[in-house]
Amino acid sequence: MIFRHKTGSVTEELALIPPSKLAIENVSKSFRTSSGTVLALDRISLSVAEAEFVCLVGASGCGKSTLLNIIAGLEKPDSGRVLADGKPVTTPGRERLVMFQESALFPWLDALGNVLFGLKLKPNLTNRDRLDVARYYLELVGLTRFERANIHELSGGMKQRVALARALAPNPRVLLMDEPFAALDALTREQLYGDLQQIWTSRRKTIVFVTHNVREAACLGDRVLLFSPHPGRIQEEFPIDLPRPRDINNVDLAARASRIMHALKSFGQTEAAAVAK
Amino acid sequence: MKRLGLAILFFAFLVALWEWAFRARIWSPVLLPAPEQVAQYLKNAAEDGTLFHATLITMRRLLTGYLIGIIGGLPLGLLTARWKIFHDTIGTMALGLQTLPSVCWVPLALLWFGQSEAAMLFVVVMGTLWSVVIATDTGVRNVPPIYRRAALTMGSKRLHMWFRVILPAALPFIVSGMKQGWAFAWRSLMAAEIFVTILTGFGLGQLLHYGRELSAMDQVIAIMLVIVVIGLLADKIFFSPIESFLHRRWGTSP
Repeated sequence: MIFRHKTGSVTEELALIPPSKLAIENVSKSFRTSSGTVLALDRISLSVAEAEFVCLVGASGCGKSTLLNIIAGLEKPDSGRVLADGKPVTTPGRERLVMFQESALFPWLDALGNVLFGLKLKPNLTNRDRLDVARYYLELVGLTRFERANIHELSGGMKQRVALARALAPNPRVLLMDEPFAALDALTREQLYGDLQQIWTSRRKTIVFVTHNVREAACLGDRVLLFSPHPGRIQEEFPIDLPRPRDINNVDLAARASRIMHALKSFGQTEAAAVAK
Repeated sequence: MKRLGLAILFFAFLVALWEWAFRARIWSPVLLPAPEQVAQYLKNAAEDGTLFHATLITMRRLLTGYLIGIIGGLPLGLLTARWKIFHDTIGTMALGLQTLPSVCWVPLALLWFGQSEAAMLFVVVMGTLWSVVIATDTGVRNVPPIYRRAALTMGSKRLHMWFRVILPAALPFIVSGMKQGWAFAWRSLMAAEIFVTILTGFGLGQLLHYGRELSAMDQVIAIMLVIVVIGLLADKIFFSPIESFLHRRWGTSP
């Protein structure tokens, strides 16, 4: 109903654009800490298909967030490279937007202002178009009534909805999500799983989703990649071929999750054993 | 309404106390005139234009110096926050000079600029500048890095990043620095006006000074009251709305 007076550029702006294909080739990254050099990522190679939903799972400190930052272009790998549709990623860009764990919403702007932020940096749009696009995404995440709300007035779940709308608004080809639901309560999270799956189906994005919640990964991902820490490596890969939309409480899903959990624990033990030796 | 009533009651009580002290002859009437005498002075000074004129001159000096201080302080603060070399040099100097009570600039200003407007302007700028530099620097340093990262991914860089992300994010600090700068500017101007007796215009400080020279206690107290009221008004009219806006947006309690 907002689009009664659709202008050409709004239609174009909201049109589905082809999602990206990602290729991560031999990416390594190490950090210097007070206790020496830590190899956060050790020759990671991975390809993500167009419109695929990939979840990276692992204990904290296994380098999965670092990989996400490298894909985003926020950090540079020591060696190796990331290709998005065949082009090397060197800087951040609005083709690949990130949704962060903690609220990275700007407190000096209201909800609508936050969603507009990325749109204002997009050329070739009139302000009227930007407003229409921003409102479309606020509606998509169910927050039309809260467009004038200050950020601190929103609940944790609503904040992450605004963050999702903000990340979607510039119509990126890739959505990078860094534990976006980790700080939310279980009920809110469940709701967002449903919404995210629906949005992913309707907006067709390539999504790389980092989490330490195995059940969450099994619920959302087409594939779950298990990371092992020190050095960060992809240990195992679990395709999840359950029908969508998936319910987090589904029995089959729980079975997949427990298999992944088992693998996660087993190399935790081998590592402990290795340290003990 | 209730709060306003209580406040009025409080000030009425203070005036009553004063009146009582005057009538009880605790101090000589030369040292403590009656509230009525002070009111009379204010009325006369308001009617013959002295008060208005002096206030205008003082405000002109204050605003000029204050604006120069802010216009100079903001970019300097950004520089010190952005580059280590500026932080170690200008930043350290700002920190040092900020601790210097602004009245200490008066002797130097007098020797450099003589009994002139420039001397007063200099003192006010020195009073304002360093607080603004420090506050901007602190504000920028306290911007959570995640804002920068989020903005980067959305395509913000350089000037856009500074004006649309870092400055707004640092705003609460910058505003409190501006408020502190205002207080320092006000103090230093009064010090300057009391010490610098020039013929380019009589400010409130000079009225205060001549009140003392003439042992006109009613004038001294009246001018002090005017200075207090101006300070209060500046706070209520200018800073309070900005601060309450920030509190509403950021969700910090006032």
